[in-house]
Amino acid sequence: MARSKQEGNVSVSINLSKGQAISLQKSDGGTLSSVRMGLGWQAAERRGLFGKRTREIDLDASAVLFADKEPVDVVFFRHLVSDDGSVRHTGDNLVGGAGQGGDDESILVDLQRVPVHIDQIVFTVNSFTGQTFEEVQNAFCRLVDESNGQELARYTLTGGGTYTAQIMAKVHRTGSGWGMTALGSPANGRTFQDLMPSIQPLL
Amino acid sequence: MTAELVRGQNHLLPQTRVEIRISAGSPVTPGATLGGEDGRVSDPGRIAHPGAPQLPGLEVPAQAAAEHRLAVDLDAVPPDVERVHVLLALPAGVPGPRSFGAIEPPSVAVTGLDGTAIARFVITGLDSESAVTAVELYRRGDAWKIRAVGQGYAGGLAAMLADQGLPEAQQLAADIERAVAEGLARAVAPAPPPTAGQPTGAGARRPQPAAEERQTQAGPVDYRHPRRAAAAGAAGASGAPGSGPGSSGTPRAPASAAAPPPPEVGAGTGAGARPGAPAGAGGAAAGGVPPQADRTKSGPPEPVAGDAPGWSMEERLYNQVWGMFEDLARTVAAYRSAVDFADSRMDRELDQLLADPRARMGSIADSARAEVLARHSTLVDRAREVLDRDLGQLVAEAGVVEPALPPAFASWASPVWHEYEVPEDAPMALRLGDLHLPEHTELRVPLLVRLPLERGLWVDSGTSSLGPGALEGDPERGFPDSAERRALALDTAVAHAARLMSVHPAGEFNVHFIDPGGTATAALTPLLHSGVLAEPPPKGAAGVTDTLTRLTQRIDLVQMALRSGAADALPPDLDPAQQLLVVNDFPHGFDDRAINQLRYLADEGPSVGVHLLVVADREDAKGYGPLLDPFWRGMLRLTPTPDDHLADPWIGHAWTYEPARAPMGSRVLEQVLAQVAAARRALRR
Repeated sequence: MARSKQEGNVSVSINLSKGQAISLQKSDGGTLSSVRMGLGWQAAERRGLFGKRTREIDLDASAVLFADKEPVDVVFFRHLVSDDGSVRHTGDNLVGGAGQGGDDESILVDLQRVPVHIDQIVFTVNSFTGQTFEEVQNAFCRLVDESNGQELARYTLTGGGTYTAQIMAKVHRTGSGWGMTALGSPANGRTFQDLMPSIQPLL
Repeated sequence: MTAELVRGQNHLLPQTRVEIRISAGSPVTPGATLGGEDGRVSDPGRIAHPGAPQLPGLEVPAQAAAEHRLAVDLDAVPPDVERVHVLLALPAGVPGPRSFGAIEPPSVAVTGLDGTAIARFVITGLDSESAVTAVELYRRGDAWKIRAVGQGYAGGLAAMLADQGLPEAQQLAADIERAVAEGLARAVAPAPPPTAGQPTGAGARRPQPAAEERQTQAGPVDYRHPRRAAAAGAAGASGAPGSGPGSSGTPRAPASAAAPPPPEVGAGTGAGARPGAPAGAGGAAAGGVPPQADRTKSGPPEPVAGDAPGWSMEERLYNQVWGMFEDLARTVAAYRSAVDFADSRMDRELDQLLADPRARMGSIADSARAEVLARHSTLVDRAREVLDRDLGQLVAEAGVVEPALPPAFASWASPVWHEYEVPEDAPMALRLGDLHLPEHTELRVPLLVRLPLERGLWVDSGTSSLGPGALEGDPERGFPDSAERRALALDTAVAHAARLMSVHPAGEFNVHFIDPGGTATAALTPLLHSGVLAEPPPKGAAGVTDTLTRLTQRIDLVQMALRSGAADALPPDLDPAQQLLVVNDFPHGFDDRAINQLRYLADEGPSVGVHLLVVADREDAKGYGPLLDPFWRGMLRLTPTPDDHLADPWIGHAWTYEPARAPMGSRVLEQVLAQVAAARRALRR
C-alpha cells in the first residue's frame, strides 16, 4: 500500500510482486541507514511412502555486490562480512524454520557504509542440499528497516518449481538513495557462483 | 500480563470485545476509522469522531479529553473492514498545546471488558506532530491483532485523514474540529494548557494544513542530528555489540564513542531506555524512529570505550581497540576497492575509445577522453570523501580511547606509565606496538594480543626481509647496518619483556635470558640495574643447556600434574609464576639437542605459562634448512623498526608495525622497573 512507501516508518509493509520496485527513500528526503534482508523457508509436507521421515533443507542466502555489473564482493556462509563491512550475513542456517515464519537467515546491509562504487546488491537463495523449491514452502524474503525493526517489503515465493535457486531481489542505487526490486527469477545451482550467468541479465 | 509494545510490534487480541484506553497530558480528540485490506477508508461515514461518535462495532467519546475509553466490538464491524485505526489529534480550534512534543507522550492501553490489561503502547518520539495514528487493529485469520503504529503527522488531522485515503480530508477535519470546539464549549472548562503563553485563537488563525504538507513535515524523521558527524548513519545499527576481534564485527558508531553522551540521557521512556536489549532488537528497542533513538540512546557510562561490550572496563577497551582496528581495515578496503574499480573502468573505457577509429582523433575524442577522466576522478573523490569522513571519526575516537588505556594497553609515552603502580591483577592483553596503513600514517591502532601469549614472539634482527635498499641502510632513519639492527632488536625485546613483567603482579612473572654470546649485556642494563634480573645471563653453551633444561622440566612437571589432576603434588620449590624465556641471537650457542628443547618449549610452553621471546635473524639459522620452518611460522614475527609485514584477520591488508618502545630520552622504563624490583623485594621478605 502506498502509504508505507511514502512514510517509511509505518508498520504496514508492501507485498511485492515479481518485478515490482520500491524506493527506500523517506518522504522527508532522508534515507534508510540500515536494512536487513531476511529469508525464511520451511520444508513442505510430504506425503506417501517416505513421508514421515523428517528432512532438512539447507537454503543459503547470499548477497553479491556489483559495481557497474561487475561482481566486486560476495557475502555468503563462507564469507560472512563484505570486506568493507557494509554487508553482513548473520550466519548459516542449515535446516530452515520449523514453521515459525521468522527469518532463518538474515543479511544486514548498512546502506551508508556501502562503498561508493557499489551500485547493486543482489540477494539469492540456493538449495545447498539439492532439493528443489517444490519441497520448500512458505519461502519469503523481506526487507526490514533495521533502525526500528519494521518490515518495508515482503516478497513471497509462489509455487515452487523444479529449480534449486532463486534470485530474490536486488537493492540498488537510485538517484540519491536506494531502491529495491523484487526479481523472483528461478535458477539452478548449489552456491551463488553457479548463479552468476543468471544474475547478469537482471542487473 | 500486559504486553508493552514498541512501534511496529503486534500482539494477538485474546478477545474481540475490548476497550481502548487513551491517556494524554492534554485533551486530545479521539477518532477511529474502518479501513479495507489496503488500510484505506472508503467514505467519510466510516470515521468515528466526536461529531459522529458511533459506528457499527465501535464508539468514541464525543469530545476531546485527556482520558478516553473507546468501546470496540470487533465482531460487530462490517465484514469488509480489515483494519481499524485509532487516531488522536490535538484540537486545533481551542487554546492548548499545538504539538505532541509539548506534552507527555500519550499512551494507549487495550483492556478486556473486565479491565484486565492486554497491551500497552506509549507513543514516544513525537515532536511537531499534532495528530497521530496510535494503533491499528487488524484481522489475522479469524482473530484480530493490534499493532503499535505511532505515525505522527505535522500536518494535523487533515493530513492524517488524507493519508487514510479520504479525498475530502480537509473538509472533514474542519468538521471534526468544529464538533470538538463545540463539545469543549459545552464542557465545564478545558484543562489548563501545560504550555503557557499560547495566545487564544492561535489555532483558529492557523491555516488548515494541506495534505501535501506531510511531504515536507520535519516531524519525526530528522536524521540530521547536530551531535552526529556525517557518517553516523552507521549509528542506526550500532545497538549491536560484537566488534571484538573474534566476532564478524558490527559496524559501530565511531561518533558515539567520541562524542560525549547526549544530554537528554534518561529522557527515554518505556522500552526506549531499556539497557542490554538483545543485539538484533537493539534498534527497535531503542524506540521507533531515529530521533527517538537519538534521544534515548543513553551514552555509555564511560564514553572512552565507546559502545564496545565487555564485562570490565579493560575488556571493553580491548574490544574497542579491536573494533577500531577492524573499522579501519574495512573502511580502507572500501576505499581501495572503489579506487581499483575506478582505475579499471577508466582503462577499459580509454581502450574502447582507442579501439574506435572514429573516436580516436579530433575534438570528439578529446571530450570523450575528458569525460572518462572526469568520471574516474569523481568516483575517486567520492571514495576519498567517505574515507576521510571515517578516518576523521577514528582519529577522534583514538583521541579519546588512547589516553584511557591502562598500562598494559598504553604506549610507553602515555602518562599512565608515569603514574605506574605494580598491579594487583594480570591484564587480559598486551600492547606489542602500533599498526597503521599508508592511507593515514598518523592514525595508529594499538596492536593488542591476548595474554597468556598463545604464540612465541620473534623479534627479527635480520635485514633479509626488508625491502631493497634497506640493506644499504638509510642513514636518515638510523638503522644502517646489521649490528645496529641487532642492537635495536634486542632493545625492543627488552622493552617487551619489561612490559610483560611490569603489567603482572609482583612475583607472578619471571624472565630468563639465554645469551650465550654475551652480546646482550648492554641492552640488559635496565633489567639488571633495577634488580629485576638478578644476574647477567650465563655465557656459553652451558648456560643455554642449563636454562632450557630447567624450563623443559618445569613444563613436563606441570603437564604431568595437570594431566593427573594432582596440581598440589608439584614440588614446593617450583616457581608458580609465569615464565618468559628470552633467547638472544638464536641459534648461536645451540646444539641440536638444545634446538629440539626450544622447539618443544615453543609448542608446549604457552599452555603451562612458559612463554618464548626470540631475537634472531632467520638467515643465521638457514643451516638447519626446512627443519626450523614450523618453528618460525609458529611465532608472531615482530620487527625492531617499522615494517609492513602484519596482516589483519579480516581483509589481509599489509599493516606497518611499529614496536612499542619508550620515547627517546625517556627514563620511564627504568622508573617502572625500579618499582617492579622494589615490589619483588618486598614480596621476598
